[in-house]
Amino acid sequence: MAERMGFFTDTSVCIGCKACEVACKEWNDVPDDGFVFRATSYDNTGSLGADTWRHVAFIEQDGRWLMSSDVCKHCTQAACLDVCPTGALFRTEFDTVVVQPDICNGCGYCVPACPYGVIDRRERDGRAWKCTMCYDRLRGGMEPACAKACPTDSIQFGPLDELRERAEARVERLHADGVLEARLYGESPDDGVGGDGAFFLLLDEPETYGLPPDPVVTTRDLPDMWRWAGGAALTLAGAVAVSFLRVSFPRVPFLQASFLRRR
Amino acid sequence: MARRQDEMVPEAGFRSYYGQPVIKPPIWHEPHMPAYLYLGGLSGAASVLAATAHLSGHERLGAASRMAAFVGASAGSVFLVTELGRPERFLNMLRLLKFTSPMSVGSWTLAAHGGLTAIAAAAAVTPLLPAPMVSRILPGCLGGRVLPFIGDASAMASAVTGPIMATYTAVLLADTAVPAWHEAYRELPFLFAGSALASAGAVGMLSTPRAEAAPARASAALGAVMETAAGIVMESRLGLEGEPYRRGKAGLLMKASRVLTLGGGLLAPIAGRSRALTALSGLAITAGALCTRFGLLEAGRTSAADPRYTVVPQRERAEARRLTVVPDPAAPPP
Amino acid sequence: MAECHPVGYQWVMEARDRGAKVFHIDPHFTRTSATVDRYLPIRAGTDIVLLGALINHVLANELDFREYVLAYTNAATIISARYRDTEDLDGLFSGFDPETRRYDPASWSYEGDEPGEGEPREGGIRHAEAAGSDSYGARGAGASAQPPADPTLRHPRCVYQILKRHFARYTPERVAELCGISEEEFAELAEAITANSGRERTTAWVYSVGWTQHSVGVQYIRAASILQLLLGNMGRPGGGIMALRGHASIQGSTDIPTLFNLLPGYIAMPHALRHDGLDHYLEQEGADTGYWGNRRSYLVSLLKAWWGDAATEDNDFCFGYLPRLTGDHSHYATVMGQIDGTVKGYFVVGENPAVGSANGKAQRLGLANLDWLVVRDLTLVETATFWKDAPELETGELRTEDIGTEVFFMPAASHVEKEGTFTNTQRLLQWREKALDPPGDCRSDLWFYYHLGKLIRQRLGGDRIDRPVMELTWDYPEEGEHREPSAAAVLREINGTGPDGRALSSLRQLKPDGSTTCGCWIYCGVYAGEVNQAARRRPGSEQSWIAPEWGWAWPANRRILYNRASADPDGRPWSERKAYVWWDADKGLWTGLDIPDFDEHMPPDYRPPEGARAEAALAGTDPFIMQSDGKGWLFVPSGLSDGPLPAHYEPHESPVPNTLYGQRANPARRILDRPENPYNPPMSSRFPYVFTTYRLTEHHTAGGMSRPLPYLAELQPAPFCEVSPRLAAEVGLVNGGWATIVTARTAIELRVLVTERVRPLRIAGKVVHQIGVPYHWGYGGGGMVTGDVPNDLMPIVLDPNVFIQESKAGTCDILPGRRPHGRALLDLIERYRHG
Ligand SMILES: Nc1nc2c(c(=O)[nH]1)N[C@H]1C(S)=C(S)[C@@H](COP(=O)(O)OP(=O)(O)OC[C@H]3O[C@@H](n4cnc5c(=O)[nH]c(N)nc54)[C@H](O)[C@@H]3O)O[C@H]1N2
Ligand SMILES: Nc1nc2c(c(=O)[nH]1)N[C@H]1C(S)=C(S)[C@@H](COP(=O)(O)OP(=O)(O)OC[C@H]3O[C@@H](n4cnc5c(=O)[nH]c(N)nc54)[C@H](O)[C@@H]3O)O[C@H]1N2
Ligand code: SF4
Ligand code: SF4
Ligand code: SF4
Ligand code: SF4
Ligand code: SF4
Ligand SMILES: [Mo]
Repeated sequence: MAERMGFFTDTSVCIGCKACEVACKEWNDVPDDGFVFRATSYDNTGSLGADTWRHVAFIEQDGRWLMSSDVCKHCTQAACLDVCPTGALFRTEFDTVVVQPDICNGCGYCVPACPYGVIDRRERDGRAWKCTMCYDRLRGGMEPACAKACPTDSIQFGPLDELRERAEARVERLHADGVLEARLYGESPDDGVGGDGAFFLLLDEPETYGLPPDPVVTTRDLPDMWRWAGGAALTLAGAVAVSFLRVSFPRVPFLQASFLRRR
Repeated sequence: MARRQDEMVPEAGFRSYYGQPVIKPPIWHEPHMPAYLYLGGLSGAASVLAATAHLSGHERLGAASRMAAFVGASAGSVFLVTELGRPERFLNMLRLLKFTSPMSVGSWTLAAHGGLTAIAAAAAVTPLLPAPMVSRILPGCLGGRVLPFIGDASAMASAVTGPIMATYTAVLLADTAVPAWHEAYRELPFLFAGSALASAGAVGMLSTPRAEAAPARASAALGAVMETAAGIVMESRLGLEGEPYRRGKAGLLMKASRVLTLGGGLLAPIAGRSRALTALSGLAITAGALCTRFGLLEAGRTSAADPRYTVVPQRERAEARRLTVVPDPAAPPP
Repeated sequence: MAECHPVGYQWVMEARDRGAKVFHIDPHFTRTSATVDRYLPIRAGTDIVLLGALINHVLANELDFREYVLAYTNAATIISARYRDTEDLDGLFSGFDPETRRYDPASWSYEGDEPGEGEPREGGIRHAEAAGSDSYGARGAGASAQPPADPTLRHPRCVYQILKRHFARYTPERVAELCGISEEEFAELAEAITANSGRERTTAWVYSVGWTQHSVGVQYIRAASILQLLLGNMGRPGGGIMALRGHASIQGSTDIPTLFNLLPGYIAMPHALRHDGLDHYLEQEGADTGYWGNRRSYLVSLLKAWWGDAATEDNDFCFGYLPRLTGDHSHYATVMGQIDGTVKGYFVVGENPAVGSANGKAQRLGLANLDWLVVRDLTLVETATFWKDAPELETGELRTEDIGTEVFFMPAASHVEKEGTFTNTQRLLQWREKALDPPGDCRSDLWFYYHLGKLIRQRLGGDRIDRPVMELTWDYPEEGEHREPSAAAVLREINGTGPDGRALSSLRQLKPDGSTTCGCWIYCGVYAGEVNQAARRRPGSEQSWIAPEWGWAWPANRRILYNRASADPDGRPWSERKAYVWWDADKGLWTGLDIPDFDEHMPPDYRPPEGARAEAALAGTDPFIMQSDGKGWLFVPSGLSDGPLPAHYEPHESPVPNTLYGQRANPARRILDRPENPYNPPMSSRFPYVFTTYRLTEHHTAGGMSRPLPYLAELQPAPFCEVSPRLAAEVGLVNGGWATIVTARTAIELRVLVTERVRPLRIAGKVVHQIGVPYHWGYGGGGMVTGDVPNDLMPIVLDPNVFIQESKAGTCDILPGRRPHGRALLDLIERYRHG
């Protein structure tokens, strides 16, 4: 496997130009997402989805206008990939998470599984779509289209380890400059998804940007879930067995009555 | 500018991006998905009922349950395939078996279970068909001796796949980021199992002469109690994430389901007294089981659509963790 | 800048990262405001008050860079005793004729330089006629090279003292009162720019159409120039006033102009009545001292490039073949001519006036009254389809069956489908390869004009009147199936050739005798050594930070103009930090990081002999070599139509009076008071709100290049207005709902974005609400997202120097809900007009 590649999106230098959104669509031939005036600041594409793989959020606050370009996190422990029944989602040699459209059968299971609400099913073709981290470009030795287009280097692409170091330094720098609200999001390998392959520098709480404050890969609890399901299955079997016992509830008069009247 | 956001989300201290969901709501369609969940559960529990009936000599109940298991599995598959859009897409489900994917496990289970229940049901119906017809379809010995044997074996085997069928769907829902589902992963299997059992019991009592249907009634009653108990525990244990089960359309469906299931279940033990009671109990339970499925899906949707259910518990979790961690002096103030 | 020049803005972000403090002054909070250190909201149309107060702050506190000011500006120069300032005349300068509403600039002259009776003077009336001042950016108005001066700056009529008096009333209190910028905010700005100017540091100003599209637009830039000269920020790295240009090569199309009043290289277009022959023209137009003193070489080389062997000394090098001005042939005058029926045919090439120009209705009425119209565009823009979808059809003002205009639509190749150069905002020519063939019948503009020219020549004969066309050099190599003329050959022709037929390498080689050719003197050298210098793409990382081998900058590949000013009068860098070019006494040469914008060999102690001409008439300390006196002009003795100094005037339409002077608006502004172009009365309670238009990153100008593209259209899918929550509450506007904006021209409906990014301002004691409207939408044009045309609201009011429309500050009313349609719309406007 090649080195793990990823994104560090430094929202403190994002100018909200949406070049990333457009470049992504252009390169990946993603269809438009409808023409809806949303009246949510300058955001008219709303959120990440099957037809928007980079999404620039605009948050108006007192004296501040936060802009942030969101993308699939390419989680270390990716729920979408874990739950995909067909193997359409796979982990590439760059340690990114990619859907193979020819294998995806549109079961839609990955959609609610993703703790970030990233992947979605395109109703037009009934398949799931999301950022591929420009797998084709990566294989060709090129950086992803969105990073390439970003004029201010808000989107930085590179080996994840390097990016993490750079991000640490950037936060320190911002803190030193008095921007105490700067914080990293998704960079820690100890978080609920084992760290994001695409992480962010934010200037406010994640939820302000529409990001979950403490996401956990749902499959972390899966063994437990199977255990509880096993218990329930056995209980079910047991309950059926009990139902056939003639004297199972001798002391409950009306139950007994019904049982006695069999045959 | 902060104000506009606050107007949208009145809850103090909770912020969101224009009130938009953080996660994607499940995109499964209605009625396909709830119908599948109901039918799958029914089929699963019915096959256990069928096997046990066979072993204990309740042949009528056994045959009826075999049929219920078969119809449940096959009709359920139809709904599932419709949900996918194109039938051949179901085949992709069987490209591999993935234990991290409840849907993969479920698909294999459904495939196996569906096959088994089909054979079991075939064996159950052959004796009822006119012999010439049977011999026209099946080679002589098959119809006469082999099929009943294979049928019985399949019915026994389906008693193993059945409970998985009835409960994997709970894992299917729980293994998502949908707060109302994920957080309920302990109770959901019992809820599903109970509901499945009640459904199978109901179908059993509706389709078997009252005299032979006592175990079905018992199952129905036990299932109803189990489902209700699981539901109560779930809702009391879940905090904010349980709210969607109580509010709005999902709340109505879950309440209806509670009343119907419990009502039908409590009626079941005495339903043997009359046809009317049997019908009332059986139909109430069935309706209750359907309401449960629709309610669950709706609650999931609601809990995914409102960012509060995602954000608030996560924020609390993060805060709690932060408080237990030694504060880093360099860290920014919260 | 982040909105409209996002790629260039990365360098602002980088500068900030390196510690630069960035202010943004704008009526509404934009993506730029979001990413700077300090945002200052200002009432649209009041920047001269702010800039004037900064100038006053510098002068009153003697914070100017005195050494620089004394050596490099005309601060010490004495002005004619006939000059009267706005201080004396309550807002007018001397020389104003209320009858014609024009200035006679004679009294603005340097002392001793006043023109005699009847002698023409550049600027004022003459330039008001045909935007003549437009060409003074570089052409250099005539003024004496060695005017009387007082280096102590104490003479009451020296520029410095005039400036002091003129700006004295521009105080922080006035800024608060008129701009809505508080005194504390002003103090912060003033402190920042003065602290950041001087030997060691420089401050840059960046502007674009937020400053130009006003009836006093040119004077906005003048005000900034004065400030920058006083602080020593001109001709130095990190200084200057950066004009962010518009369309991708709009700089190129002023250098080699699409403007009616200019020839290539800012040479004035000859006038039919004023110029007899070449000599007469050269005598009248421009100064003899400074680099314009060589204008004969520039013009003769141009004529040689155009008419080749036909151009000889004997026939004035075909000077007589040049077209002549007879007056104002600017865009808006032409549209009025269309309405009046005097303009019969029209070429619209790469423009969409039905949507992009002020007063859309007047534009369309003009188009509908033509005999023929040629539109060359990438898509069927509204200008080509007005006859079937203009809003006037709905109101009954136009009927398709009555429109006689024959429309020819010629599909154009886009920038990726042809080769050639772009000249960017930094004067950088960059060669672009063709990426793919244009589809179908689409052809490049070069192809169109070249083959059109060939067809015309086929139809012309040997008549005398045909000779200007028949004798043109019209013989570029043709390539490929469609016989595409070679763009490289055109660039080489622009570069020019010497007597040996080889490409010239420097504009200094241009000769007045016809032995050289050059299509645009400032571009001479772009093909030096027979190499396309504009095609150079050596990465910045492989060369000095000046990056001289990336593209080619005019003139002579200089990256900073007037960079002699980066060194002190003795030729030493002002500071090590800011060293850029300097005099190397040992070698007897100007040298440095950039190419010196100065005669390489002229020592700092050079003093011109009596009667010297051209560059030899300037001293070794005169950096502003295009000026006749080599000085940066704090005071402009000639060349402007509306005054030698900037003064604040209210926009033509404004809700408040001018509290600075009795004169309310720019007295010399161009107004077209006609039925098609009614105005909102100033200070009218019917039109109580300030209204400004601007761009969005997501769209491009009149939308022909963005509305038809789904990836852009979806990002901003509907025309909208931005209003403050307070105005929304007062008027009943709902976020996401509809609003109708009304002016005397028409009413349009748009969606509402309620945002605290727009702030009400307290102006002269009352709350003034501003409404912001991005102007990109139109009714058709193949757009996936259509809507009413914001420009239908705009009046035609023009700056008198360059004839740009005032589209940044006007008044309007706003109503909740959608507008009426058909006749009812006209009724609504009638009610508003007659109140
Ligand atoms: N994305 C995009 N980029 C473009 C274009 C485009 O259409 N879209 N167009 C190109 C063209 S042709 C041009 S000319 C340039 C124009 O580039 P800009 O000049 O940056 O464009 P505008 O948005 O029209 O105006 C700039 C700002 O001026 C402000 N403003 C209005 N009135 C005043 C005033 O009185 N004082 C001050 N201080 N500010 C004022 C407006 O609020 C606005 O934010 O952009 C070029 N780049
Ligand atoms: N209210 C208001 N009005 C304004 C402004 C404002 O700020 N406010 N800004 C003004 C400014 S600065 C400008 S520049 C104008 C712009 O106004 P216009 O120039 O009228 O509008 P554009 O949409 O830029 O028109 C350019 C056209 O050229 C076409 N085109 C592109 N490439 C080529 C080519 O290679 N060849 C040919 N033949 N066509 C091509 C495009 O498709 C497009 O339709 O708007 C002005 N109007
Ligand atoms: S963010 Fe969602 S879609 Fe992306 S890898 Fe993680 S789980 Fe999958
Ligand atoms: S929708 Fe496609 S990618 Fe998603 S889980 Fe199903 S098969 Fe996998
Ligand atoms: S990496 Fe590629 S696919 Fe992903 S958002 Fe960027 S451009 Fe789109
Ligand atoms: S391209 Fe870069 S600066 Fe522009 S919106 Fe995207 S992340 Fe922000
Ligand atoms: S569109 Fe072209 S000219 Fe405009 S900012 Fe982008 S790269 Fe620069
Ligand atoms: Mo422009």
